Amino acid sequence: MTKELICINCPMGCALTAEVENGKVISVTGNTCKRGEIYAQNELTAPVRVVTTTAMAQNGKPVPVKTKDTIPKEKIFEVVAAIKGVTVPLPVKMGDTILKNAADTGVDIIAARSMG
Amino acid sequence: MKTSYELIIIGGGPAGMAAAIAAKEAGCDDLVILERDNVLGGILNQCIHNGFGLHTFNEELTGPEYAERYADKVRALDIPYELGTMVLDVTKDDNNDKNVTVISPERGAVTLKAKAVILAMGCRERPRGALNIPGFRPQGVYTAGTAQKLVNLEGVKVGKEVVILGSGDIGLIMARRMTLEGAKVKAVAELMPYSSGLKRNIVQCLDDYGIPLLLSHTVVDIKGKEKLEGVYIAQVDEKNTPVAGTEEYYPCDTLLLSCGLLPENELSIGAGVSIDPRTNGAFVNESLETSIEGVFSCGNVLHVHDLVDFVSEESARAGANAVRYIRNGEASGESINVTPGNGVRYTVPCKINKESITDSVHIRFRVTGVYKDTNIVIKSGDNEILRRKSRILVPSEMLDIIIKKEKLENITTDINVCLEEAAK
Repeated sequence: MTKELICINCPMGCALTAEVENGKVISVTGNTCKRGEIYAQNELTAPVRVVTTTAMAQNGKPVPVKTKDTIPKEKIFEVVAAIKGVTVPLPVKMGDTILKNAADTGVDIIAARSMG
Repeated sequence: MKTSYELIIIGGGPAGMAAAIAAKEAGCDDLVILERDNVLGGILNQCIHNGFGLHTFNEELTGPEYAERYADKVRALDIPYELGTMVLDVTKDDNNDKNVTVISPERGAVTLKAKAVILAMGCRERPRGALNIPGFRPQGVYTAGTAQKLVNLEGVKVGKEVVILGSGDIGLIMARRMTLEGAKVKAVAELMPYSSGLKRNIVQCLDDYGIPLLLSHTVVDIKGKEKLEGVYIAQVDEKNTPVAGTEEYYPCDTLLLSCGLLPENELSIGAGVSIDPRTNGAFVNESLETSIEGVFSCGNVLHVHDLVDFVSEESARAGANAVRYIRNGEASGESINVTPGNGVRYTVPCKINKESITDSVHIRFRVTGVYKDTNIVIKSGDNEILRRKSRILVPSEMLDIIIKKEKLENITTDINVCLEEAAK
C-alpha cells in the first residue's frame, strides 16, 4: 500500500511517499534528509509529537513548557492535563524540569523560558 | 546618560539582537539596542510552539528558547540595551549623522545621535479594519497574535468555540493552541485556493486535531452586537467574490484573524526611506542598506519572513554591513537593479553593488502562486547566472538563493529573477 504524507520535522515540509506492507514501512521516498525517513516510519506505525503549552507559575503568570522528547500522539491531551496540574515555583530557569514522567509517557516536561 | 553612538539598533527582537551581535563581533563596541517592550525577544516570547532554530542551532527550539539564547549572547557580549524605550522619530542631518528621538522612563524624551541605524522593528498583523468584513463590532474578534499573547503571556482564556479566518502560520498555530486550551475550533477559512501557512503546520495543527481547512472560503458576516454569536462563511469564486447561496452559519464566541503581516515601517517612512509597495518594506541594496545612506533594514520590517532562522541570518549581515559602513563609508561603484520577472512577486535586495560583495550575495523572494516542476532562473540579459529546478514552489515559503561573487563578475545590466516551466 502506498501512503502519501507531509514531513513535519522542518519548514521544508517534504512530500513523502511510503510503501507499507503488513503494517511495516518498507520504503520512503521524497525526503531530503534522514529525519524524513524516521518521521514516515513513526507516523505510519506509532506517531509521536513534541508538545508545547504553558504551566502556571506561582505568581499566576504562564511559563512556556515543552516535552523534553516526543510523546505518543494519542497522549497529547493527557500530557497537557498533567501539566495543568502543576504550579511552577519561581524563579525557574530555561531547561528546568517542572514535571517528571508526564502522564506515564516516560518523558519529562521542561521550562522553555527563564522567569522570576 | 550617553547620547552619541556609532550604531543604534531599533528593536530588540530576533532581528535586532542578531544585528547587534554581528556588529559587536565585527568590532563595533559603541552601540545600543532600543526596545519598547520590557524584555528582549520580541514576538518570539509569545511563540511558545517549537520549530525554531533548525538552521541556526541545528535543533528544534521553542520561540522563548530561541530568544533566550540570543538574549544570553547579547548579555555575554556586554551589548547595551535599553528596555521600555520607544523610538519616536529617525532623521538624517546635514553631516550624515542620524538623529534618533526616543522616550523612556530613564531618559525622558531625548534625541540620540548615531553614524548608522539598523531598523529592526518587525511587523504587525493586518487588523479587522483592513479586511472589510461586514457586520457589527462585537467582543470576541481578535487577531490571532493578540489571542496568542493573551493565552501564552497573560494566561487568559480567550474563548470556547472558535472560527479562524486566514490560514497563515499564526492562525494554524492558534488553532492547535486553542484546542489544547480546551476550546473547540470549528473551522479555518482561507480566501485563497491554497494555505498561506507552512505545510507542516497544516498537518500538526489542523489534521492532528481534525480541524477542517476550508480553502476558497471567507467570512461574509459577523453576528452578535455586544458579544460575538457566530459568523457566516461562504465559498468564493476565482475572483475571490463570495458565491451567493453557499453561506453557512457557524455559531462561535471567538473569531481569530490570521490574514497577513505588515512590516511596521512608520519610523522608516518618517525618516524618508523609500518603501517597496510589494513588500511594504524598504527598498534595500545587497548590504541591506535603505535609500538613506547608513540606515539599514532587516528581519520582518524589511519583508515578512516565515523562518526566524532566516531573520537572524539576514540581520547578522545587516549588522556586519553597518559596521563596514561606519568604518569605510559608502562603497563606490555602480549598482545593478534586481527585478522580479514571471512568477516572482518581489526580490530583496532590489539592487546590487558588486563592490560591496565580499564573497556572495543573497537574493530572497517569494513566488506569486503555486508552481510545480519549475525552474528558478536568474539572468542578466542573455547571461544565465543560475538555473535551479524545483518540484514545488508556494507563496508561503520564502526562497533564498546565494550567488557567489565570481558569478556576477561580467554582469553589467539588470538582473532578473523569474520562473520558467521545466521540460517534462
